[in-house]
Parts: sequence; structure tokens; C-alpha cells
Amino acid sequence: MRHGRWRFLAGALIPALVLHVIFVLSPYAQAFYLSLTDWTGVAGEAHFVGADNYKRLAEDSLFLDALRNNALLLVVVPLVTIAIGLFLASMLHLGGRGGRRAIPGAGAYQIIYFFPQLLSLVVVAVLWSFVYNPNTGLLNGALRAVGLDGLAASWLASPSFALPAVMAVLIWSSVGFYVVLFSAAIDGIPHELFEAAVLDGAGAWATFRRVTLPLVRDSVQVAFVYLGIVALDAFAVVQVMTVGPGGPDGATEVIGLSLYRNAFQYGKFGYASAMGVTLFFATLTLAVLALRGGRKSSVEAM
Amino acid sequence: MTLSLSPNRTRPASTAPEPSRRPRRPVPIRSFPVHLAMLAWSVVTALPLLWAVISSFKTDDEILNDPWSLPSSPQPGNWARAWTEASIGRYFFNSFIVVGGALALTMLLGSLAAYALARYEFRGNRVIYYTFVAAMFFPVFLALVPLFFVVQQLGLLGTYHGLILVYAAYAVPFTVFFLHAFFRNLPIEVAEAAFLDGCSHGAVFFRVMLPMARPGLVAVGIFNFLGLWNQYLLPLVLNPDPDRYVLAQGLAALSVSQGYRSDWSGLFAGLTIAMLPVLIAYVAFQRHIRAGMTAGAVK
Repeated sequence: MRHGRWRFLAGALIPALVLHVIFVLSPYAQAFYLSLTDWTGVAGEAHFVGADNYKRLAEDSLFLDALRNNALLLVVVPLVTIAIGLFLASMLHLGGRGGRRAIPGAGAYQIIYFFPQLLSLVVVAVLWSFVYNPNTGLLNGALRAVGLDGLAASWLASPSFALPAVMAVLIWSSVGFYVVLFSAAIDGIPHELFEAAVLDGAGAWATFRRVTLPLVRDSVQVAFVYLGIVALDAFAVVQVMTVGPGGPDGATEVIGLSLYRNAFQYGKFGYASAMGVTLFFATLTLAVLALRGGRKSSVEAM
Repeated sequence: MTLSLSPNRTRPASTAPEPSRRPRRPVPIRSFPVHLAMLAWSVVTALPLLWAVISSFKTDDEILNDPWSLPSSPQPGNWARAWTEASIGRYFFNSFIVVGGALALTMLLGSLAAYALARYEFRGNRVIYYTFVAAMFFPVFLALVPLFFVVQQLGLLGTYHGLILVYAAYAVPFTVFFLHAFFRNLPIEVAEAAFLDGCSHGAVFFRVMLPMARPGLVAVGIFNFLGLWNQYLLPLVLNPDPDRYVLAQGLAALSVSQGYRSDWSGLFAGLTIAMLPVLIAYVAFQRHIRAGMTAGAVK
């Protein structure tokens, strides 16, 4: 019996662990060391250069563009996505008769909203590069159809529109997931609370702020972390959709794209690893801030 | 109530306009503007998808002349061209092999590891568990450069089994994390009865515990399938051979090359072929899929 137990445990754990150590843990560990070398991919030719790569990063104007763009994405994408998601989710639940019933057709709306979540970001990016196409695209076609020809633009070629265009795509592809997520959270709120709010004469906005929002706070916090990770990535959409990619003139450059280009086009593997480490610390900071910030404000709310 | 003062179109849920509100009367949300807002987002979501499907039946001329026109006569030839000449068919097949293999491997290794960690006490249990969980919080970009060389040194670059192993390695941590909680909450008595009946540890797992964990397996299986099917970064770096491109990779390459050849109708058809199966499967199993996709976030 005991013998069988250890044999089973070894058989159950070792294959997964071997895979994990070879393909996940060891690359992560190596990346930190590589970021301190000038390695260009030739075996045995990695020299320790200390913090040189990081000093160069601070002077690399394209990388600084990438940092700025990721920071902008990090502010805009989660806020707008969560705002739209919360609005649609609470309307699905309380938009019906008397302000406390599910809206008719709520199920159908949820099905449609969720569509983009199922598509690969590559599919989404190719689709939107068609939508943004200046001559044959859906967006300019729509603007011209309603007589707003003046607003038609070549969205992805313009330095001021390109990054907002990327943001819009990320928001478009994320909202549905958070409608469903917030919907599930609102489902978990006891219905009596809404009824009590209505009886007390609370309007829709007051009900949302005093009842819904505090009780879905956990989900919103999770959403901030997930969307933050999406915003710090943004690689697939930028790489497939934008001119350059990353252009025009660095307007849509992101850290992941800089890393990919430096590693797999220029062969600067040490330098690219330093970008990876930077991205790692950005992700870590985001997670810590979101989780700590959430805890503090939930204490205030109590 | 400041809302009645500011006519905010995106938040149509304002209260009734009459100033004297009796406290016991429910305040209705005007349902027409709410419907309008809900409908507006449906259009924003569905219109680009529908437009791509319709455009895939148009001729190049029709696409170039008027993005809003309907096809005068449907062109199924676009689809055939995308499937064969543009290799979408081959990319589909490659995705099928790689994702199928990786999914099977992920589910087997992930459920075994999760079960062992959830139901057996031994030294190092927590360390192993947190080793898996910690990996979920690292950006894949950090591992990318060393991973490329690990895969290259093992001679696995651009092979099906290399991709399958790497895909599985990156999907196992979440699978372990999710199923760990699931196996913990299964009742202990059934397993004990099976042991008394003389079942081995392996038999208890495969014959008793795994069937009981079915809802969890389905949820995490759907989540993994979509994640693996939509994977782009890993194949981009580890799968350089155009004959072995997976669907997302092939479509991205196609959007560049077909753009030069300005075969817009073929590209629309390729895009539609790439997205339609997932959307149809979703409409058929939508409840399961939404539950599976959000399960990870709800915990």
C-alpha cells in the first residue's frame, strides 16, 4: 500500500514537473542572468556586463516610446473596459421593468457581447485592420454614409489616431468577457438588497453606487489585474495591425514588440532579456498595487 | 440626484423627472434608452464580424468600391481560394494537431498533478504547488529568449511535438491551480470506499475521482482549448517553418502577403474561415463556454 502510494505520486507529479522545469522555470531563471550579459546567441560568447543593458534601455528612445504607450494603455484600457462592462452588466440585470428585473433579451445580449472574447487577437487585429482601412474600411464607409466625410481618416497611419485605434480594438475585444464576469457577480447579490434600495427610493445611479459597486468590488479588482496584463502586452494587435509595426514613428510601439524585434531580428538577446525583466517588474508592480489598493478601499467602504 | 440635471446619453438610467418623489414608489428606469444602449453595443460587437462574413462573398471590385454593399452574386470561389491557395486548410490542420495534442497532454498531466497535490500529504507538497502557481504570474515575454534556445538545443524548433510540449508546459500551471481547488472539495468517503474495495491509487484516480471532477475538467478544458487555439506568441518564435504554421500565425502572415497581392476577397474569406467555427461552436455550447472562460477569474 505505501509502496503503491509513492509510485503513484511519482508517476503523477514527475512528468508535469519535468515539463515545468525545462520549459517554464529554467527559461524564467535564465532570463534574469541573460539580461546582465551582452549575449548575441553564439554559444559561450556571453560576457557579463552588469547593468549596462538597463542603462542603454533608459536612453533608447524607441523603448521609452514603448514604455509611454504601455503606460497609456494601462490607464485607458482597464478604465474604459470596466466602465462599459459594469454599465452593461448592471443594465442587463436591472434595466427591465421597475428597475429591478432582468432586461428582456438579456440572454441574447450576453451571447453577442461575448463573441470577440472567443477570437484570437490575431483574427481581431486582421479584422480591425480592414475596419480601419482608409478607402475600403467599414469605419470610414460608415462616416461617409452619414455625411461625415470630414471625419474620415487614415486611422492607423496618423500619429495621433494610431494608439487610440489600438486601444479601441483591445477594449472592443475585452468588454464582453467582463460583462459576463460582472453579471455573474451581480447574480450573487441577494435580490432583497435591490428591492430594499428601490423601496427606499434610491435611483438607478444611487443603487449602482451604494449596492452594486461595493458588492462586486472583488470582481472589479480581478478585472483590473487581468486588463492591466492585456494592456502591458498588446503585442499581437500592434504587430499585426499597425504600420511598421509599432508606427507611425513609434506611436504604437510596445515593450513586447521592442523585445521581439531586438531578440529575433537584431539578435541582441541580452538586451532583449533586459526588456523582459522590465516588463516582469511592471507586471509585478501592477498586481501588487491592484491587490493592495483594492484591500484598502474595501476597508474604507465597510 | 445630479443625474436628472445632466442629460448623459451613455447613462440613460435616470430617474423619473417629477421633482416630488414619494418614498414608497419604485423609481422606474426608463427602459427605452437602456434598450438603445444595449442594442448599440450589440451592433458595435456584431457588425464588424458580420461585415467580414459578407465581404468574404464579394468580388474584389465590390470590396474596393463600396464597403457597405451586399454581394451581387455570392462568390464561394473566395473560400476555395483561401482554403487551398492561401493554405488556410493546411494551417487549420496544423492547429488541429498541435492544439489537440497539447490539450490532451495538458489535461492528463495537469489533472494528475493537481490530484496528487490536493489529496496527498507529503513533504514538499506546498513548494511544488506554489512553483506551479507562481508561473502564472510571470509574463511569457520574460521567458521568450531563453525558451527559444532551450527548444533549439533540444532539436524541437519547428516540430509538432516541440510545440505540443511547450504549449502544454505553459497551460499546465493554470490547470493545476484550477483543478487543485476542485479535487480538494470532492468528498473523501467515495475514495476511501474504493481503497477498501482494493483499488490501487491509479485506479481510484482514473475510475473514481476523475469522473467526479467532470464539471471542473470541462470548464478548464474549454478554457485551455481557446487559449491554445488562439496562441500566437509561442508559435511565432518557436515555429518558423511556413508549412507548419498554426492558424493564427498563418493568418497574420497572409494579411501581409495577400495585402501586397491585393486579394482582398481571399483574405476576407480566410478571416471568416478562421473565426466562424469558433463562433458556431460557441453558439451551440454557449453556457458551458462562458462558464468555463469566467471560471478562472471567479475562483
